[in-house]
Amino acid sequence: MTIVGWLQISLLFLFVAITIKPLGIYMAQVFEGERNFATKLGGPFERGFYRLAGINPDKEQGWLSYTLAMLAFSLAGFVSLYAILRLQAYLPLNPQGFPAVPADLAFNTAVSFVTNTNWQNYAGEATMSHFSQMAGLTVHNFLSAATGMALAMAVTRALARSKVSTLGNFWVDMTRATLYVLLPIAFIIALGFVAMGLPQTLDASATATTLEGAQQVISLGPVASQEAIKQLGTNGGGFFNANAAHPFENPTAWSNYLNIFSMLSLSAAIVYTFGRMVGNRRQGWALITAMAVLLIAGVAVTYWAEAAGNPILTSLGVDAAQGNMEGKEVRFGQAMTALYAAVTTGLSDGGVNGMHGSFTGLGGLVPMFLIQLGEVLPGGVGSGLYGMLVFAFLSVFVAGLMVGRTPEFLGKKIEGREMKFAMLAVLILPLVILGFTAISVMLPFAVASIGTAGPHGLSEILYAYTSAAGNNGSAFGGLSGNTLWYNSTLGIAMLLGRFAYVIPVMAIAGSLAAKVKAPASAGTFPTDGPLFVGLLIGIILILGGLQFFPALALGPIVEHFAMLAGQTF
Amino acid sequence: MSKDHKAQSLLDPAILLPAMRDSVLKLNPRQLLRNPVIFVTEAVAAVVTILFLRDLAVGNGQAGFSGQIAAWLWFTVLFATFAEAVAEGRGRAQAESLKKTKSEMTARRLTSNGAEENVAATSLKVGDIVLVAAGELIPGDGEVIEGVASVNESAITGESAPVIRESGGDRSAVTGGTQVLSDELRIRITVAPGSSFVDRMIALIEGAQRQKTPNEIALSILLSGLTLIFLFVCVAIWGLAGYSATILSITVLSALLVTLIPTTIGGLLSAIGIAGMDRLVRFNVIATSGRAVEAAGDVDTLLLDKTGTITFGNRMASDFLAAPGVTQQQLAEAALLASLADETPEGRSIVALATGEFGIAMPEQRFDEIIAFTAETRLSGVDRDGRRLRKGAVDSILKFAGVTDAEAPAEFRRAVDMIARSGGTPLAVADGNRLLGAIHLKDVIKPGIKERFAALRAMGIRTVMVTGDNPVTAAAIASEAGVDDYIAQATPEDKLNYIRREQQGGRLIAMCGDGTNDAPALAQADVGVAMQTGTQAAREAANMVDLDSSPTKLIEIVEIGKQLLMTRGALTTFSIANDVAKYFAIIPALFVATYPALGALNVMGLASPQSAILSAVIFNALIIIALIPLALRGVAYRPSGAASVLRRNLLVYGLGGLILPFIGIKAIDVAVSALHLV
Repeated sequence: MTIVGWLQISLLFLFVAITIKPLGIYMAQVFEGERNFATKLGGPFERGFYRLAGINPDKEQGWLSYTLAMLAFSLAGFVSLYAILRLQAYLPLNPQGFPAVPADLAFNTAVSFVTNTNWQNYAGEATMSHFSQMAGLTVHNFLSAATGMALAMAVTRALARSKVSTLGNFWVDMTRATLYVLLPIAFIIALGFVAMGLPQTLDASATATTLEGAQQVISLGPVASQEAIKQLGTNGGGFFNANAAHPFENPTAWSNYLNIFSMLSLSAAIVYTFGRMVGNRRQGWALITAMAVLLIAGVAVTYWAEAAGNPILTSLGVDAAQGNMEGKEVRFGQAMTALYAAVTTGLSDGGVNGMHGSFTGLGGLVPMFLIQLGEVLPGGVGSGLYGMLVFAFLSVFVAGLMVGRTPEFLGKKIEGREMKFAMLAVLILPLVILGFTAISVMLPFAVASIGTAGPHGLSEILYAYTSAAGNNGSAFGGLSGNTLWYNSTLGIAMLLGRFAYVIPVMAIAGSLAAKVKAPASAGTFPTDGPLFVGLLIGIILILGGLQFFPALALGPIVEHFAMLAGQTF
Repeated sequence: MSKDHKAQSLLDPAILLPAMRDSVLKLNPRQLLRNPVIFVTEAVAAVVTILFLRDLAVGNGQAGFSGQIAAWLWFTVLFATFAEAVAEGRGRAQAESLKKTKSEMTARRLTSNGAEENVAATSLKVGDIVLVAAGELIPGDGEVIEGVASVNESAITGESAPVIRESGGDRSAVTGGTQVLSDELRIRITVAPGSSFVDRMIALIEGAQRQKTPNEIALSILLSGLTLIFLFVCVAIWGLAGYSATILSITVLSALLVTLIPTTIGGLLSAIGIAGMDRLVRFNVIATSGRAVEAAGDVDTLLLDKTGTITFGNRMASDFLAAPGVTQQQLAEAALLASLADETPEGRSIVALATGEFGIAMPEQRFDEIIAFTAETRLSGVDRDGRRLRKGAVDSILKFAGVTDAEAPAEFRRAVDMIARSGGTPLAVADGNRLLGAIHLKDVIKPGIKERFAALRAMGIRTVMVTGDNPVTAAAIASEAGVDDYIAQATPEDKLNYIRREQQGGRLIAMCGDGTNDAPALAQADVGVAMQTGTQAAREAANMVDLDSSPTKLIEIVEIGKQLLMTRGALTTFSIANDVAKYFAIIPALFVATYPALGALNVMGLASPQSAILSAVIFNALIIIALIPLALRGVAYRPSGAASVLRRNLLVYGLGGLILPFIGIKAIDVAVSALHLV
């Protein structure tokens, strides 16, 4: 580890910290329907959409109706995306003449983009037409992110309001998230990327003559625009197979900064929005602090593990001062790769600028564990917020008992019904991840897909299901996932990870909204102070650790100790 | 808790021996189904027992290990049922002793052939006919079927004038605990007296009828969820181990599962709830639902009657304010003489003040004439040695002394004004036509009550004083007692409205009351405590009954409710924190044969994989037994702010729960290897 490396890391967090408040206020204004420069400008468009779609923006929905609207919308999105992928041979903007995407891969990909996962079992430049990329995948990069934000706002309103049955209007929240937040900011970021040298063209490729005189075909396309929303919407699906390690997606240290910044900024800022909307900004900052502490710890461990290098290679004469450079781009180095790896997994982004499977045991454990913690650091835009709130409910329940009061969060009593749905939500991740992993490692044809035998192979499969269930989308590398088994089971994992999680969360929101918002007293445990932040961090770590420690012990942990013992597999 | 009225030894054999029998009976799986964590443990124990029998039959050399694991898993279940049985036993014993004290009141019951028999009041049934003569207590609520009598109902109504009760008409209802002053009544009992509450209480303690309280349900859901998660984990480990070329036996997986699921809190949960009810009984409070006990811990606002709770209820002399030209000693002496024959509490308090603080010697009890207080004269006093000593209402005394309002000295008038403004009552004292000064009578705040309110405030509970006094007096007493708010000139409707208003703001309210007119407010309050001396209507409307009829009990009830929740929270945290050490004991033990590198996780340096697993299981079982006393006693509770309580409990039960099993498992491992158990 170097001072410069740490300065680089700190600089990024500083940038993000500065933008949290303005972005947070802006989003709060947008979702509360307050007037500001953007809503003044976009108002006619917004109202035009509503008239066109026949939506009454003043008619709010209850939790069930809101959730059903979200499910119907996602289903429609899935069907249309599946159709585009299957029919891309007949659709325009297909200069390379790619054939239809196979059924299982199309299912996996459609689910992947609708659930904001962006797991990619395909190489974009060799499978997807420009039309599929732009009208299919990029559209869902917007919509799946907007869906997450809309849900987060519904849950926020449940805590902000007292004794109501409605949580807002799904269609209005979707429209506002897209029109006022995602589109304009993505546009600005895309321009930034273009300025940094990312291609933005409808040409298929450029042909170059190499120094040896050979002809080389270099894939091109509308990269900058997709890259912008890929990060902003915490999607992570790259234009190219190599994702942000590819020089056209992420050419320089600055573009690397912009990449990480744009994935982190909205997810962090929406927590501030939450604090503002529930009328307790300190609560927003408390959640942000808990997220930041765990995320920075993740960055530190990865950076330390990678910088420490591999003693086995050192004994073979590799310069120990270089650390572990396997799977990393030289232009980013260990600090910026570790930062990217932790942020992309602490978020549900899933883009990568290095290969997590090539990290050391501990270095590879961190990204996996950060996803397993529930994608709340700060998680996907919107989805991270409501995930974190579930942990807050659990923490408050334990804390409330320990101070001798029925637990309360922001004045809302957390009782049996809330606990039931919170536990249902929490159960999804271990059930899906451990279940599918255990089944896969026992099936010979599933094991055949792994790239490396031994504990590393287990890590590859574990990581794949972790990434899918957490709606992250990053891959460990090594696993050939484009098989019928992985396409379908990973697809199911993604669906469960998104919808089986959010339905109970919305049920909690419905139940909380109907409750009285009780005023705080000295007997109420304050949920916006350092003690609560500490407790929240503890609960997240203990819960995550208890669920996944045995599985991790057989994968990255045994790899780590074996490496220290000089043992290979 | 500060004062345990009837401390019970934790090791009372009269309770422990039946509890041992009950703990075996409670192994019935159908009963255990109520407790998912322990039910799973029992199911797993049964599976391991079958495996043990198989190992024994096959003779594969594993029987010693699987037999011990099976035994300890059964012990885990037994310890849990034992905890519940002990709590039930203690609660039952407590409630029975309550029944006995109530039964000291006897009744003269008429048998069918008209003969009289003496029976315990508690054994009366609805429809029994009893005779009550002058001087006797009415043994239970009922209806007069024959006779007319004057009855002293002051215990209930506070009205000291006796009332007439007669058969037929509106005045036929009599209340248990009231006293017949004259004549004889024949009464038909209409409500099974007193014991009905005790019986309900016993039902709350006994396992079978015990309803889970809302908080218990929420906590059970959390524990069941964790149990499910660990079930996934253990099943998944089996698959993952298969990939890693390790065949895990069901025995070790079962051991892992049981050590991971929250058996500690799962096993003690019902004991904690029962012990909470039991603690209430110990304070002579009977709850009619477990829900009310829990709600007590949540209370935000206490509605307290001024009289009897905050003040002693009688106005007492607190100062002598002499008129010009009179010394305080002279005034005190005159007041003392004027009050010598006055047997009212006010009169006695004047005597006490004069002889006590002012050091005046107690004079002889001889009088020429005693002038008693009447509503017309509004003064009283004595004639003695030619002196006509009087005390009474200021205007009456002025008239007696022949002084007009304007003639009264300015200093005297200022003193009277000051007393009235501070919420007190001024009395004037005269010797013949000489005005001596004023006595300051005031409501005396109970000692220590202010500190109690401060402690409540630290816990986040507001106190509201309810009084029939005028606003000036109420404000003065409220500020002196340190309550947060007061309702002056309160009518029953005022109380009800206040409660409703607070509840609409999301607050939980507790109050105590005794009169029939308190009943609606008692029913509306989240925690309503009726006095045992109160009317039947009040007792029916309330969800707790205080047998000592002491209104300050409310404060203890709140503390018991809080302590109940805290004990649950502390043991839940402890239980979950324990799992970390168990992983460090068992995971390396399971896989060290395949991956020797994982030996690095064996931070406790446990002797062998088998002893590590056995030690973790033994620790998991023993910790339940070790924590039974804590579950029954409740965690230590000091009134203070939520943050400091949490910090303390997190440190003790969170951090303690993290560290203790490392030490415990290591110690057991040393013992297991020394005894060559594996």
